[in-house]
Amino acid sequence: MKEKLSNLTNPHPMIEIKDLTRNFGTLVAVNSLNFGVEEGEVFGLLGPNGAGKTTTLSMLCTILKPTSGTAIINGVDVRHHPSQVRKMIGIVFQDPSIDDRLTGRENLEMHANLYGVPSTVGKKRIDEVLGLVELEDKADLLMRTYSGGMRRRLEIARGLIHYPKVLFLDEPTIGLDPQTREHIWTYISALSKRESITIVLTTHYMEEADKLCDRVAIIDYGNIIALDQPERLKEGLEGDVITVRTGSVRELSEELRQQGLVKDLKETDGELKLVVKNGAAIMPRIVELATGLGVHIESMSMREPTLEDVFLHFTGREIRTEGGEEYHGLAAIKRRSIR
Amino acid sequence: MSELRGIYTLWLREVKRYGREKTRLISSFIQPLLWLIIFGSGMRLAATGTTGIDYQKFIFPGIVSQTLLFTSIFMGISVIWDREFGFMKEILVAPISRASVFVGKMLGGSTDAVIQGSFVFVYSFLVGIHLGLDTFLLSLPIMLLITFGMVSIGLTIASLMESLESFGVIQTFVNLPLFFLSGALFPLSYFPQWLGWVSAVDPLTYGVDALRTIILSGQWTPILPLYYDILVLVVFDATMILVGTLIFGRTK
Repeated sequence: MKEKLSNLTNPHPMIEIKDLTRNFGTLVAVNSLNFGVEEGEVFGLLGPNGAGKTTTLSMLCTILKPTSGTAIINGVDVRHHPSQVRKMIGIVFQDPSIDDRLTGRENLEMHANLYGVPSTVGKKRIDEVLGLVELEDKADLLMRTYSGGMRRRLEIARGLIHYPKVLFLDEPTIGLDPQTREHIWTYISALSKRESITIVLTTHYMEEADKLCDRVAIIDYGNIIALDQPERLKEGLEGDVITVRTGSVRELSEELRQQGLVKDLKETDGELKLVVKNGAAIMPRIVELATGLGVHIESMSMREPTLEDVFLHFTGREIRTEGGEEYHGLAAIKRRSIR
Repeated sequence: MSELRGIYTLWLREVKRYGREKTRLISSFIQPLLWLIIFGSGMRLAATGTTGIDYQKFIFPGIVSQTLLFTSIFMGISVIWDREFGFMKEILVAPISRASVFVGKMLGGSTDAVIQGSFVFVYSFLVGIHLGLDTFLLSLPIMLLITFGMVSIGLTIASLMESLESFGVIQTFVNLPLFFLSGALFPLSYFPQWLGWVSAVDPLTYGVDALRTIILSGQWTPILPLYYDILVLVVFDATMILVGTLIFGRTK
């Protein structure tokens, strides 16, 4: 990982993170992170809930002071000049943060005023960002009549009004249904192309990181465990993922290990996940072995690896089995639907 | 410059929100009516003689002050709402100072409270007070001075509160003593001496006295000269804004 980081072409990236650390009491929430984000890049922090993504983001947004280390955004240190940093960044929080008694446009106008956007520029800019998220025709309705997805879009638009250099998105699609989620992805991709902007987002959705990000840092217990382009992370596994469902996971995995057939092998609840070099050739061998052992195989499938497999490979756990996020998702929906 | 624009923006937001809350607007018309008509007529016979002023006229400036007080303290709720609905984050990460956020909210709340207090003037004819526009315009700055400090108290308490419920409870504890001690409903000369001292500490006492001096001109013998009332209110406002800014600045 270190080599890859030093491979960065630009010696002064848009964001430079140096030994960034945050403790809460004895808990190390973020443990000495070091990485850079290039200008114009869409960079993802991927990890389960409680991994330290939001904490990292909060420090980059100057909401939270680092315990030690720092980050330089566009040449400005977040520790020493937080208010200067704030003018250069746009933030879309994980939880809703709009005034629902005001209209969409009023929310945007308020933001433009708070960030000191000259009013002559502001009007045009508001129309521009409304267009970007396709909310022009809803702009003069009260926010409380907006759906969850529309609110999110408006928040994204709002984050762009003051021409930020970097846009931070904290779990941009949490609590949204799959269709709306894909919609939001389209907008994020579009804006990264149309605006000259660097985007940093956190997510615990593998697919989101895969589809949107140029590079992904996988973060777990406050540490970065892998950082690269999603394609390269997946290629790094060198092979296909075979999932075997069987009642006797133990027996079969012992045998497979002894035979040295597989590169990587993980047991989860009634399932065996194998990463193998040549899946098509290995599958019949597994069946042979199982038959020899008298182990019954319920089903077997093979696919290309996903980021989920990358996470599993590095941590031995699946991202989705982490408790918190379901509650988080529900809480988010609940909050969105209040009035 | 950008701080002033920030203050203006937050002021405008509070006023817009207030204007859109129909139920609050309606209730603000009804509450003072209940006090003036039901409470006022009920107490009228028992209470008139002693001041030489008709009781309903006597409490009229008191009810204006009460409306200002209750509404102002209630404005603190905006801090809790903003926190609850997440909007506070948007304000706090904006590149303006916490002090400006506080002052913007305070001015917004004061404007709302003064509008609400002005509604009460509509009822002056019901109690037989003939108010000219000049009297109303003279009352306006006094009303503003009352609300600056009181809204600051409301916002300060709210920034210290965790939930809407606890704010509701505390609010009553603040409202009622300030109201009853201010002499809004009866002359302070009725109080035993020690209570008189306590009411001298109540800033609303000076607000009520000032409003009475203006509205019941001639009929009412002021406790203190008007300029003295104003001076006390200005000192009270300045103190509360300062304290509020400090406490609000520290909240997360």
